[in-house]
Amino acid sequence: MNSRQLTVTGGVDEAIRAHGQATYPHECCGALLGRDNHVSDIVALPNTTEEGPRRRFLVRPSDYREAERRASELGAELLGFYHSHPDHPARPSQYDLDHAWPTFAYIIVAVSGSASARQSADGAAAAGDMTVWYLKDDRSSFEEGSLQHGENSHPDTAQAVHG
Amino acid sequence: MAKILIPTPLRPYTDKQDAVDAAGATVGELLADLTRKHEGLKAHLYNDQGKLRSFVNVYVNDEDIRYLQKEQTPVAASDTVSIIPSVAGGAPTTTEQEVRAVPLHPDRELPALTNDEVKRYSRHLIMPEVGVEGQRKLKASKVLCIGAGGLGSPVAMYLAAAGVGTIGLVDFDVVDFSNLQRQILHSTPDVGRPKLASAKDKLTALNPEIEIRTHEVALSSENALELFAPYDVIVDGTDNFPTRYLVNDACVLLGKPNAYGSIFRFEGQASVFATKDGPCYRCLYPEPPPPGLVPSCAEGGVLGVLPGMIGMVQATETIKLIMGIGEPLIGRFLIYDALKMKFRELKLRKDPDCPVCGTHPTVTKLIDYDQFCGIAPTAPEPIAVNNATEITAVELKQRLDRGDKLKIVDVREPNEYQINKIAGSVLIPLGDVPKRYNELDPEDEIVVQCKMGGRSAKAADFLRSVGFKKILNLKGGILDWIDKVDPTQPKY
Repeated sequence: MNSRQLTVTGGVDEAIRAHGQATYPHECCGALLGRDNHVSDIVALPNTTEEGPRRRFLVRPSDYREAERRASELGAELLGFYHSHPDHPARPSQYDLDHAWPTFAYIIVAVSGSASARQSADGAAAAGDMTVWYLKDDRSSFEEGSLQHGENSHPDTAQAVHG
Repeated sequence: MAKILIPTPLRPYTDKQDAVDAAGATVGELLADLTRKHEGLKAHLYNDQGKLRSFVNVYVNDEDIRYLQKEQTPVAASDTVSIIPSVAGGAPTTTEQEVRAVPLHPDRELPALTNDEVKRYSRHLIMPEVGVEGQRKLKASKVLCIGAGGLGSPVAMYLAAAGVGTIGLVDFDVVDFSNLQRQILHSTPDVGRPKLASAKDKLTALNPEIEIRTHEVALSSENALELFAPYDVIVDGTDNFPTRYLVNDACVLLGKPNAYGSIFRFEGQASVFATKDGPCYRCLYPEPPPPGLVPSCAEGGVLGVLPGMIGMVQATETIKLIMGIGEPLIGRFLIYDALKMKFRELKLRKDPDCPVCGTHPTVTKLIDYDQFCGIAPTAPEPIAVNNATEITAVELKQRLDRGDKLKIVDVREPNEYQINKIAGSVLIPLGDVPKRYNELDPEDEIVVQCKMGGRSAKAADFLRSVGFKKILNLKGGILDWIDKVDPTQPKY
């Protein structure tokens, strides 16, 4: 298999899904921390977009710095970011492509909700497909990576720095 | 020379270094040196136009250069420059989900073209995208133009020329000299005629093969649904917010596309609203602006050719919708600036919480749009009660002739004051009143006046609020003054 591999622990996988469900119908976002294509921690970040959080997310430079800082504290690297696509497939949009950084892994989780979930903040929403993408060097498109599930090395992995 | 900190995702392009020394006296020069040394960075930092990408943030020490002197920000050797990513993304919007044209009535039986029609429309017919079938779709279609004024004129003329089989026009106005600068359906001899009579003559002369239906009524919540029902596309050429919301809501309720346009001064806007999956006007503007905030064309003026440009966008979109070709202006909001000669496009999305087209609409029938827009119904004229806050043109003339000492303050703009004025008036534009009212004596009896009485009413309110006791607003403004007192002056 030629595609780049990214391994996430069970705790990371669950934490990303839970974050996407919690912010539904808005997009969630956060940083992926780890080493050697192995995500061991996430940092949930606030979605600061001003273009409507149902369809957009934005990580502020200050939060980016916070993620880098957290990575170095843990002796890890910033491997990339995750975000959710509420009621949309887990495939990158043109907007994702336009704003992508090279080498980062971009995890997308699709979250779908019932009609009632769209109305109330605490309605049930279910996280579905999770995929990982890498920007091609010429910025022409994304390449899908393969998302592997690894052993949960630390039981208490997911940490949120912002509510 | 200064140090540039490189963020994680760019380190593969700097031989894994997290900091690189670069030469230059400004941020721009440093980055140029950096990308010279590390060529691979260029595509990620700069867009095709050579500008820094919007999600690339550059900080000098702890300051974002956007708040300093941008790329001209000077950098000393002791400064640290950091490149910090904004990470952004999101789910596809309507626009990205390829908006495809859908023919309006695929099952409709299409009328044949006569030999004369084949000749008339030959430049359409020879294009495969239109062809005989597209022309027959146009012939079968019915389009309703709301308003036969600035926007309605180019829309109706081009739709008539293109062969739209039935064109409906809603208007109840009479042609005025001040319309002729832009409303090309009407000519000088038409002044004083109903706009619909003039429009019908023009359009029939242009294309006698089509049917022109005139509806000489004021569009209202009572008649809109019935009026719209027989038509395929509604073209909104209105000039006020209550009618704009009314047209939008009626289109959503009936499931008819709304080819929207609006104009003001040098700027125009256009979009296609109320299609099945696209957003509507309320998704963009859930609430109307407070009354008086956005001036009308009568108050603010409009460049005469502007409605031509926007009306033609509306006509183009109408024709595309009917034929089901091209990429419709759905989920996109076009903004045109005539002075800069620039088109901008905003992405629009359907709002699931939209009160009229959302998943759980709260507006399910037409409402009172004057009330919705905060416009009070016009109260009947008070009879025989001397309203102490207003003065009519005739009363003003009588009092001036009698020798009463009245100070007349014109609150229009200087360019309006050049066109006409009441002799002896002083000019203080409305916007200047708060800082110049001390030029006036609160003991004087003051008459404030503008073009039609709206702006001067605001000035009067303000002056009363700062303690002026004897303020009278000239009812109907200078236009009434000219009509009733001084017909020698020009009107605009």
